[in-house]
Amino acid sequence: MNNRYIALIVGVFLGAIVTYLLVPNAPPPAPVDQAAETAPAETLRDAAGLTLKAVKERGYLQCGVTQGLPGFSNPDDKGNWKGMDVDYCRAVAAAIFGDDTKVKYRPLSAKDRFTALQSGEIDILSRITTWTMSRDTSLGFNFAGIIYYDGQGFMVRKSSGITSAMQLDGATICTQTGTTTELNLADFFRTMGMKYDVLAYEKNDEVSAAYDQGRCDAYTTDASGLYAERLKLKNPADHIILPEIISKEPLGPLVRQGDPQWEDIARWTLNVLINAEELGVTQANVEQMKSSDNPEIKRMLGSEGAYGDGIGLGKEWAAQAIAATGNYGEIFERNIGVNTPLGITRGLNALWKNGGLQYAPPIR
Amino acid sequence: MWSFSRASISWTNPGFRAFVYQAISLVLVVTLFWFFISTAHENLQRLHIATGFGFLENTAGFGIIQTLVPYSEESSYGQAFLVGLLNTLVVAGVGIFFATVLGFIIGIARLSSNWLIAKLAMVYIEVLRNIPLLLQLFFWYFAILRPLPKPIDSITPLPGVYLNNRGIVLPQPVMDGSAGAFFLVLFLALCFAYGLHRWALKRRLATGHTFPALPVGAAVVVILPLLVWLIGGAPLHLEFAEHGRFDLTGGMRLLPEFIALTLGLALYTAAFIAEIVRAGILSVSKGQTEAAYALGLKPGQTLRFVVIPQSMRLIIPPLTSQLLNLTKNSSLAVAIGYPDLVAVFSGTVLNQTGQAIEVISITMAVYLVLSLITSFLMNIYNARAALRER
Amino acid sequence: MEWMRKNLFSSWGNSLLTIVALYLVYIIIVPFLDWAVFSAVFTGDSRAACLGPDKGACWPFVYANWDQFVYGRYPEAERWRVNIVFFLGAAGLIPLLMPSVPAKLYNVIFLLVAYPVLAVILLVGGRPGLPMVDTSYWGGLLVTLVVAVTGIVVSLPLGVLLALGRRSEMPVIRMFSVIFIEVWRGVPLITVLFMASVMLPMFLPEGVTLDNLLRCLIGVALFSSAYMAEVVRGGLQSMPKGQEEAARALGLSYPQTMIFIILPQALRHVIPGIVNTFIGLFKDTTLVLIVGIFDLLGQVRTQLSDPNWSAPQTAVTGYVFAAALFWIFCFGMSRYSTFMEHRLNAGHQR
Repeated sequence: MNNRYIALIVGVFLGAIVTYLLVPNAPPPAPVDQAAETAPAETLRDAAGLTLKAVKERGYLQCGVTQGLPGFSNPDDKGNWKGMDVDYCRAVAAAIFGDDTKVKYRPLSAKDRFTALQSGEIDILSRITTWTMSRDTSLGFNFAGIIYYDGQGFMVRKSSGITSAMQLDGATICTQTGTTTELNLADFFRTMGMKYDVLAYEKNDEVSAAYDQGRCDAYTTDASGLYAERLKLKNPADHIILPEIISKEPLGPLVRQGDPQWEDIARWTLNVLINAEELGVTQANVEQMKSSDNPEIKRMLGSEGAYGDGIGLGKEWAAQAIAATGNYGEIFERNIGVNTPLGITRGLNALWKNGGLQYAPPIR
Repeated sequence: MWSFSRASISWTNPGFRAFVYQAISLVLVVTLFWFFISTAHENLQRLHIATGFGFLENTAGFGIIQTLVPYSEESSYGQAFLVGLLNTLVVAGVGIFFATVLGFIIGIARLSSNWLIAKLAMVYIEVLRNIPLLLQLFFWYFAILRPLPKPIDSITPLPGVYLNNRGIVLPQPVMDGSAGAFFLVLFLALCFAYGLHRWALKRRLATGHTFPALPVGAAVVVILPLLVWLIGGAPLHLEFAEHGRFDLTGGMRLLPEFIALTLGLALYTAAFIAEIVRAGILSVSKGQTEAAYALGLKPGQTLRFVVIPQSMRLIIPPLTSQLLNLTKNSSLAVAIGYPDLVAVFSGTVLNQTGQAIEVISITMAVYLVLSLITSFLMNIYNARAALRER
Repeated sequence: MEWMRKNLFSSWGNSLLTIVALYLVYIIIVPFLDWAVFSAVFTGDSRAACLGPDKGACWPFVYANWDQFVYGRYPEAERWRVNIVFFLGAAGLIPLLMPSVPAKLYNVIFLLVAYPVLAVILLVGGRPGLPMVDTSYWGGLLVTLVVAVTGIVVSLPLGVLLALGRRSEMPVIRMFSVIFIEVWRGVPLITVLFMASVMLPMFLPEGVTLDNLLRCLIGVALFSSAYMAEVVRGGLQSMPKGQEEAARALGLSYPQTMIFIILPQALRHVIPGIVNTFIGLFKDTTLVLIVGIFDLLGQVRTQLSDPNWSAPQTAVTGYVFAAALFWIFCFGMSRYSTFMEHRLNAGHQR
């Protein structure tokens, strides 16, 4: 008996010492200083390209997606992954291998997603993740861009008679734990001087089940997510999504910090998809477009210059990506557009020329 | 053991061999630790992940549905930790109470001379302890409590008591005015009752005369505070819940998550406690009971003064470890959305700060400290309860 | 009649208790039978069959999803591999459990060494003729058994080592063993699983990654070996000191003494305790669903969220089915442990 007692004390102390050793009570040096001090240019170049090399050796891309959200990443009844986030992964795989099937999808909960990326279990996280400063900085990631401009909204039962988020004073609200949603919710109610109770669950399915069964009055998440989740409810027609959008949620793919080349591949694949829509290059016409007279298209599709070299890929990288998935507009319409069950209009996600926010830097 | 002469540095010397083995294992363990720590250090730096415990002072910014201490979205992560810890302790405390009471009842029922009662107790034990606790929690929460009616159609078994899919709402007792005096008198009465019990015990051991300490003490504890309460003008009333726009407002609310967790933990652990109690009672030899009867003790007295005190020595140690298990099992709260320590701290806080190492270490340390305290108390108990051989 | 008078109505108090108990049985059994049999739905292929206010259990839900419950998302064409693994496991286990069958040692070696290797090759694949099946496709009973069996196979030898370490005369080794055992036993399994899934990757060198399932298996194995160590220690403590002294006096070395004299006896003494640890471990496998691995219970929950089957009684049906399955396994093990206990006791009395 005595032995155990002493051992526990020693255990707690050891744990405390280890933790203390492990975590200096100061933030790590800023990335720039770090590179300058400890890593000469050579090591930096080594870090750049490591991920691409590893992916090529492995023969497939590892892509983190949701555990099932229709329109964004969801396995169909044959187990094939479908959705906008999935299509982005396919585009990246096609840009690297010329083959969009060389992707392994790893379904991740909101909670596990960052660890999976940090530990190198996945190469890209394409999982409706909001671009925030802390994720970009202290979590050690870099965002490749914005694939979908979203905002947080509320869904309520039609029978409740609620038509505005301002009427939610005193409501119980369900949400998923480990998301920015929880924080925005708190901010919104605090600003409006309203009271609420929050129920946070680990998994999406649990949240929608809790809402569907009446454990809470409203369901909050990104508006796109609400449209998708509504499809899974028993009677989708009994629920409405309130007009108020209470936050900015720019969703995008992200990669680990420390490999600039890999970050470029992620960023420019997304840019190519958006540029292709702007330039009218589609999945169907990408082959003909290679002989287009438009210099911008020629540069993008590799018939002029070799822009793929800059990111360690072949000349054809962009053409391969577009041939696999189509341009941004095609991806949008196929997965979440007005003709899909989700029925989301382009809105903020229209091209800048059409009054939206989607705008990609040029390839030159 | 540690000292050996130069001549004995040979493999045939057991002392030397032991020294080598220990040195090797020490080096291995230290190397392993060093490897893990340095790798983690490297990884943290490479990925530019924030470290340190400074985050505990940052604003948490999220809400928690059940808070026993003042907490708001502006509170810090440290305060969120405290809220989670208290929620864990509350659920464990209530669970321990019900599990122990139920466990003793079922354990004694298992040995009942009534065949039906004994069989019922056996079925209870065999069913409950062979089904995973998590599954039982899901059953209570998702299959039983979830399908209850909406707040507007609440079941009202008693006036002021509402049962619905948002939990149980009870009338809230509200104290005012001389409430302080009431609690003071209650406390004094409890002290008096305890003193009385000690005195009566001493007298019985010294003279053999019994004194009805229990009824007298109970009477004092009930009557005195009641008198003060009445003199003070009955400064206590019940506040009833009312139907609000979404839900009932006011009153005292027990969340369905809390109910499911307490229920699941208590029913599951009670099955194990019942077995412990049964084994404890069976361990007291039949001769003891027969001797007690021969001395003229009634069956109730025999159980109370002869069997139970002796079986307690065997019951208490495994009972404590079951109660500790219950406390550890309360961490399953995370699966049904009850905001306990693991759900709030290893869940939400971990997600928002991303500081896995710190958060998990703190959480584990809390449970280790709880085991440490239990072990400490057990040591004291064992020392006191050890058989005094004469 | 005589029996009833003696056992049920021996006194007024007893009669009252009997009546209360009968009433209790009545209010539990009747609605349950009504739900599970008389009002239950037995045929149908979607929720439509189970809708309705007075319908009981929705059994078609169970058989429609049976394959998911057993294999998870393991590719249909490859499920024969899982079946072989199940069969081999049963073939190795059943003779071991029957005391009269000889060659126990070879049997144990098969189960602890050959079987795990075979099972891994078959389940993971990645060899000619056996396409690789990623663990993210595994699920259901398969995962439950994989986690439980790994826990058992790893925890037994590790637990023996730890128990020997804790009883060792070398202070350093004793200290390490005690710390290891008490720390794992002091924390809830769920925090161990969280540690394995979110913290462990931080401790591995860059580029080294472990599969999510594998990480959980490590966590479960370490956790259960601490519990196993305490059970084995109980067995070692029950051995009379003379056994060891006699063996040493005959000139056997420490390992020889332990392997040939002490452990075979000590382990036999604690077979019931070992089986009880297995039962606990088997029940604890459900916790992996919290870290995103679909064991039997997790798979049942996943199928419950299928809108095609959403009916008022589906959830209860699913949980009752899962409970029954777990119960059969655990109760079977616990019966076996009681059986062994009696056998061992009988041996003692002889």
